[in-house]
Amino acid sequence: MSNLRWKVLTILGVFVVFGSLGVYPMLAARYDLPAPGWLMDKQLKLGLDLKGGVHLVLRVQTDDALRLETDTEMERLRAELEARKIPATNVLAVNATQFRVEGVPPGQDAAFRQAAAEVQSNFDRSSGTNGTYTFTMKPNIQVNLRDEAVVQARQTIERRVNELGVTEPSITQQGSGGDQILVQLPGVTDVERAKEIMGSPGLLELKIVEQGPSPTKEALVTGGQVPQGMEILPGATDVPGEPAGTVYYLVKRVAAVTGRDLRNARASLDENNQPAVSFTLNSEGGARFGRVTAENIGRQLAIILDGRVQSAPRIESRISTDGRITGSFTSEEVQNLSLILRSGALPATLTYLEERTIGPSLGADSIRSGVLASFVGLMLVIGFMLVYYKLSGVNAVVALVFNLVILLGLMAYVGAVMTLPGIAGFVLTMGIGVDSNVLIFERIKEELEAQRGVRAAINAGFSRVFWTLFDTHITALISVAFLFQFGTGPIRGFAVTLFFGLISNLFTSIFVSKTLYELVLSRRHQVATLSI
Amino acid sequence: MHIFKNANFDFLRWRWHAIALSWVIIIAGTATFATKGIPLGIEFAGGTSVIVQFEQVASVQQVRAALDKSFPGGGGNVVVQGYGDPSQRQMMIRVPHAGAESGAMLSATATQVEDALAQGDVGSFTRLGTEIVGPAVGRELRSKGLSATVLSLLGILGYIAFRFQFSFGVGAVVATIHDLLITLAFLTFFQYDMSLNVIAAMLTMTGYSTNDTIVIFDRIRENLRGMRRDSMNSVINTSLNQTLSRTLITTGTVLMTALALFFFGGEVLHGFAFTMVVGVITGTYSSIFIAAATVSFWRGRGPTRAAAQAPGPAAAPSAAPQPMRKTKPQRKAKAS
Repeated sequence: MSNLRWKVLTILGVFVVFGSLGVYPMLAARYDLPAPGWLMDKQLKLGLDLKGGVHLVLRVQTDDALRLETDTEMERLRAELEARKIPATNVLAVNATQFRVEGVPPGQDAAFRQAAAEVQSNFDRSSGTNGTYTFTMKPNIQVNLRDEAVVQARQTIERRVNELGVTEPSITQQGSGGDQILVQLPGVTDVERAKEIMGSPGLLELKIVEQGPSPTKEALVTGGQVPQGMEILPGATDVPGEPAGTVYYLVKRVAAVTGRDLRNARASLDENNQPAVSFTLNSEGGARFGRVTAENIGRQLAIILDGRVQSAPRIESRISTDGRITGSFTSEEVQNLSLILRSGALPATLTYLEERTIGPSLGADSIRSGVLASFVGLMLVIGFMLVYYKLSGVNAVVALVFNLVILLGLMAYVGAVMTLPGIAGFVLTMGIGVDSNVLIFERIKEELEAQRGVRAAINAGFSRVFWTLFDTHITALISVAFLFQFGTGPIRGFAVTLFFGLISNLFTSIFVSKTLYELVLSRRHQVATLSI
Repeated sequence: MHIFKNANFDFLRWRWHAIALSWVIIIAGTATFATKGIPLGIEFAGGTSVIVQFEQVASVQQVRAALDKSFPGGGGNVVVQGYGDPSQRQMMIRVPHAGAESGAMLSATATQVEDALAQGDVGSFTRLGTEIVGPAVGRELRSKGLSATVLSLLGILGYIAFRFQFSFGVGAVVATIHDLLITLAFLTFFQYDMSLNVIAAMLTMTGYSTNDTIVIFDRIRENLRGMRRDSMNSVINTSLNQTLSRTLITTGTVLMTALALFFFGGEVLHGFAFTMVVGVITGTYSSIFIAAATVSFWRGRGPTRAAAQAPGPAAAPSAAPQPMRKTKPQRKAKAS
């Protein structure tokens, strides 16, 4: 008897705990009941397909990060060669992971190798004929750089999304190559702005102008080639009153200061009251900037955003930490731009693989039909069980309700998300859930027919069926596990629902149902018949 | 209440008919697949789909005319269909391609659709939802979906072989493959879009169908201990009959909920619910006729292992399957 009391207490305890976790917050939210804040935070969250919002899958072009590294190392070697006065006819990038030095005089070979040792930590060197050397990035460095690029991109997107003020965004890495980022923004409907803000490279560079502006690229080229260590970038004419057109600047390849040295960026106005972005450099960047500007007084400084020269003011005096980006911006562009600069540059460009927008009304429709289907399914199953199994059907229905309450509570507890396929999983859990009861009841019937007493039949029914239930639940969990691994977003929601449904079902059909029988039978001494 | 009182059907006698029926459906499905193919959902095929709600009633023809007139490349490849409850005046427009997979260009096609509608004679409308999938996603999903299915089958085979016998594992996997093929055949007959949800439903089905199979196998395993002197086929038949009520009742309850989803679950879950309905029926059918029959083909001719080892003429396989009554006392004796 006391054994039975413990069982009943356990069941009631489980019911209260999961009920208050899963069901009570929903009722509280709907009917304005009092509930503590931490409980409401735990409330079962709705997925994007039910709530409405934006779902984006981006791919990080990790090649960009490799190209940047190759470029930087190549420039370092070039500078090193110049400093050591080792002539080379050409230094050029072959692809994202390789660059080549051509025409090193045979006599300078040893000196070259010594200079190259500086950059060799990340690159493998192979030598060819006529003083040609090819540098290839080491494979492990490539892997590291790619991983880093994805992580940095994710963090940058996270910062930008947070600055946008989206509540409960979800930003995760996914995909077989690990280079995809899934961004879910509940409640956001302006996809274009969200995409623009997430996808802008946000790369700010300040470079010294060697020559320009010039209306054509050709005017900046000497001898059919861009001078070594230089590059040509497009920009807009910034002379007021002239028609807007593209001009070109010849600038140093290596930036004096980049967006990494930024401490802050904010929207402001320039001297003509036009929207502009003011920025402040950190102390390290400021020191470098001060040195470069002091050395180049009288020359032009190009302010380059994402590979385009925004403006190229003349350096009047030494500047250390503060600067301003001007151009023909609208005030909204300035807001977005300062947000992007504050959150840092993306290490690589992003491409969009998938885009899904669910309007709030579409989500509401889905909830309505999902709830209706659940209700109809529940009523059908309950009706059938009561008609077919009579009073034992009541037992099954109680177990079923327990199952659903525990399922909701578990999902709320682990912070799972309810999606539309998740609701389908919920409905199916009801159908499959009563299966365990059916299995047990049918077995009890058989035992009763074999002229067993009611108590013995019930005990035999439960104990014989236990391993069957165990096996069926394990195989179902196996397929659910693969379903989880395969799916994204909504499908995962479905797999999670089924997973918890199976686990709570094992508990309710075996433990709760049996205890209910024991509870009823304990009141009566002589049991001749069982309503089943 | 009872569905069957002392059911005693000779299921194995019907196994050839059942197998023939399954082959007919599978071959018809393959033929339909060869001629009409199976439409791929947007997640797999890639493309753009826009759901709009019109202020006034607009017919599919009107929307089509608007697209033919103003959508670049005409409305030839564009699918226009009503979405959800007709009173909601919602429509889905699907274009088999997306914008370029770079920068913000992916949504270019969706914007073109909207522009074409705005220029057409369909009244004002609001865009409720958009789904744009580039080709890379579909490629990855196809391979992932296939590997998930194969791995989950292998997992089930392994578990059943471990818990039961290898022949049982093979039976369960053959039955599951059968279910997948039959479900695919029905999906092609009714031309449902192969979407992520449908794949999820099919994977769930593999779990459900094995569930059913295991209940039967479990009873066979139990009876193998009690009916040592009977042939394997007779044990299988007895077990199928003993579990018949349970099999049908469970199918009934799952079918009820799947039908509730089909009729009330809304547009998004339609393909999912259809797959579940077909899957539940074929899952039950295959547990009885395919899974058990496979075990019977594998080991049915001879006596059970225990009987083969038992000495004396009593070990000879009995010609006709014996119903459960004969075994009951033995089980009872063992249990007491």
